[in-house]
Amino acid sequence: MLSTSLSLLPAGIINGLMFGAIYALVALGLTLIYGVLHIINFAHGAMLMLALYSAYFLFKILNIDPYVAILIVTPASFFFGYVIYRWGIGKLSGGKDQNILLITLGLSIILENAALFFFTGDQQTISLSYSYDSLDLGFLYLSYPKLISFIASLVICGCLWMLMSLTDLGKAIRAVAKQREGARLVGIDVEHVFAVTFGIGIACLGAAGCMLLPIFYVDPYTGNVFVIIAFTIVVLGGMGSIVGALLGGFIIGITESVGGLLLGESLGQIGISLIFILILIFRPTGIFGSKA
Amino acid sequence: MTLKAKNALLFGLAFLVAALAPVGISSKFYLDVLTLIFFTAYIGQSWNILGGYAGQFSFGGVMFFGTGAYTSSILLITFGIPPIFGIFVAVLMGAFLGFLVGYLSFRSGLRGSYFALITLAFAELLRVLANSVEFTGGGVGLFLTYAPGLKNLQFVSPTGFYYFSLFLLVISLVIALWLERSRFGAQLVAIRENEEAAEALGIDTLKCKLYAIMIMGGMGGAAGTFYAQKYLYIDPPISYSIALSVEMLLVSIVGGLGTVFGPLIGSIVLHVVNEVARHFIDTPGLSLIVYGVILIFIISYLPNGLVGLFRKTRGKKEDGGA
Amino acid sequence: MLEVKQLTKRFGGLIAVSTVDLSVIEGEIVSLIGPNGAGKTTLFASIAGFLKPDGGDVQLHGQSILNLKPHKICQRGMVRTFQITQPFAALNTLENIMVGAYSRTGDKALAQREAERVADIVGMTSQLHQKADGLTVAARKRLELARALATKPKLLLLDEVMAGLNPTEIDEIVDVIKGIRDTGVTIFLIEHVMKAVVNLSDRTYVLNDGKLIAQGTPESVASNPIVIEAYLGHGAAAAMAGEGAT
Repeated sequence: MLSTSLSLLPAGIINGLMFGAIYALVALGLTLIYGVLHIINFAHGAMLMLALYSAYFLFKILNIDPYVAILIVTPASFFFGYVIYRWGIGKLSGGKDQNILLITLGLSIILENAALFFFTGDQQTISLSYSYDSLDLGFLYLSYPKLISFIASLVICGCLWMLMSLTDLGKAIRAVAKQREGARLVGIDVEHVFAVTFGIGIACLGAAGCMLLPIFYVDPYTGNVFVIIAFTIVVLGGMGSIVGALLGGFIIGITESVGGLLLGESLGQIGISLIFILILIFRPTGIFGSKA
Repeated sequence: MTLKAKNALLFGLAFLVAALAPVGISSKFYLDVLTLIFFTAYIGQSWNILGGYAGQFSFGGVMFFGTGAYTSSILLITFGIPPIFGIFVAVLMGAFLGFLVGYLSFRSGLRGSYFALITLAFAELLRVLANSVEFTGGGVGLFLTYAPGLKNLQFVSPTGFYYFSLFLLVISLVIALWLERSRFGAQLVAIRENEEAAEALGIDTLKCKLYAIMIMGGMGGAAGTFYAQKYLYIDPPISYSIALSVEMLLVSIVGGLGTVFGPLIGSIVLHVVNEVARHFIDTPGLSLIVYGVILIFIISYLPNGLVGLFRKTRGKKEDGGA
Repeated sequence: MLEVKQLTKRFGGLIAVSTVDLSVIEGEIVSLIGPNGAGKTTLFASIAGFLKPDGGDVQLHGQSILNLKPHKICQRGMVRTFQITQPFAALNTLENIMVGAYSRTGDKALAQREAERVADIVGMTSQLHQKADGLTVAARKRLELARALATKPKLLLLDEVMAGLNPTEIDEIVDVIKGIRDTGVTIFLIEHVMKAVVNLSDRTYVLNDGKLIAQGTPESVASNPIVIEAYLGHGAAAAMAGEGAT
């Protein structure tokens, strides 16, 4: 039994890497939002679920390929995030860390159950004409959707990195993250930057949702699955660290895949919660995080 | 009549009404709703001890409920120990789990959102374990035999469960009332308000927080046994559902954090909302959408919950509308 | 009563407190002064168990309290107040002070009586039922003092208890502190208000850049050129002497 599992190990690792890139994208949004706004967005998973549904309906109703849908869903998600922060969370927050967590919890409850109410609890999947085509690597077959998602995720992460380090907007965001009051004093519209950052974080979810749909499924509770995964990656990589989110994404993706391989479908899920707990207890700042 | 005497009379009356209610209400439906209200208020109070009084918000409170349910059920099914004894073991297991989680979390200095999230992870961990291990029935869950009688904490008529949940509710109110008057309660509140200052003034904050989470755990454990004996079936999604974790904190926040009657008031409000919503559109999800809206509204505009609102208006009246 | 030996505290590469030796004898009022950023509060925090020193020892009544948690140190009779007041906002004055009193008794009635007694000493009897977050700065400072007093300390560490007070309030608090000393409590205080320092202290330590640069009676310290330079800058003492300043 073990020998067959071990022989599947390389495939498991590759599989983990594929998913890991998408997880990294999800976590990137979360860590960005935390790093700049100091908000722990509990609704992150629910918003990913919305992105998945968006891609799903675009495909089912308008026949748009999910990878093309990225061009629609991503900007839409950005606007959604911007508005939600500027005229929602931003207004209602104020002070206590725990209040924001609860507000985003409330938001996630609303989103999850709105999805349940409108779309029913059925699990939905899509199948593309090339869903079952794959690349023959010799020791394993790599399905095209997974490969495309992997590459696309890396490209988007790269774009995000360029945005943050090379553009004026990126500089403004980093300024606000480091020194809120100072940034305000030099004339940066801090509220706007916050909303933009939140929007970018949600835009990451928009893209991730489109790339996840072909290789996963969606139902109203999909968000819950990703909440723990996203948070684990973020604390593993360090709150606010982009490199950490990327690395963490891969580590978690591989852990999940290999864990499932070695421990079975059910027990394999334990790896993530366990990592989360251990990191929080022994190294809450994560691999790349700085002491808050 | 003094204020204290007036209050005592009011509560006595309320209790009498509650105790005699089944005489007047014969509808199974309404008795069930009331039972559920008391149950949610009870488990909400357990959350309130750690969250409302001590200020440590947990998102994984369901783990004590689930562990208690499994404890008494396994004791019954595998060892034939009747739930009337099993419930005490469930309480102990819940308290022990509270100690474990509390020690690991508080000792590492986890507070605020980090603490909330780690409790979520612990609950999730337990769910996966329950799903994967044989003696919990794995994904299939555990079926309990229908055998009404006090020693099984099972009752033929809904009235029996009504009194059972009322009994639990009263215990939870007594615990909260005790907290409000005791040194321990004052210390918990001090920790909530300013943990560093509390520590400076001689409060062993770690010990106090551990006691608080153990009380929460113990209470949750009993709730699990109640559920198992009422519905005669438990499985991992039921026993470790995040929905119950959310409900616990919701009733406390809506009703009033750190108050004796907050969870009860919150429970009444939320269940009424639920029934009204179901009456209009019987599609799943609607009442929870309303819950989410209520949560956001309360956090943003009424952070002291409904009890806080009541106190503010009463305070204004006593000041002569100042 | 309190012996601090070679205490050192680092934050990464920054040495906040460097090999400080000091002592406080029972019954004294000792003050700690120094320019802003000298490390005074860090020193207090290290002594009182809120920060873990990187070197040296702290002894209370002859026993090392180096690795004890603050609540244990409080139980042994040393308690500190905070420079930025930390009231229990949702509680009223009485309840705030009772928290301190509860460290010595488990009985609610007893704690309440003790709190009322302490409130009287610091002059807060009329504000007992006011919510803590509604108090003025001066009142909050008194509350901070009252809370600490309610723990029946033998040694009281006061961190800038006079910051933000006007001259009248300062005079009042100075009297209160003297009264507290007369009941047998030893006091070690950080202060910037020189008038109070001179009025209250038997001895003074001066801290600058984490190091002790002078100690002695307040008068001798005030005219010490090293101390003057620490506050006013290099060459200030000579400049003052050269100008014949009084």
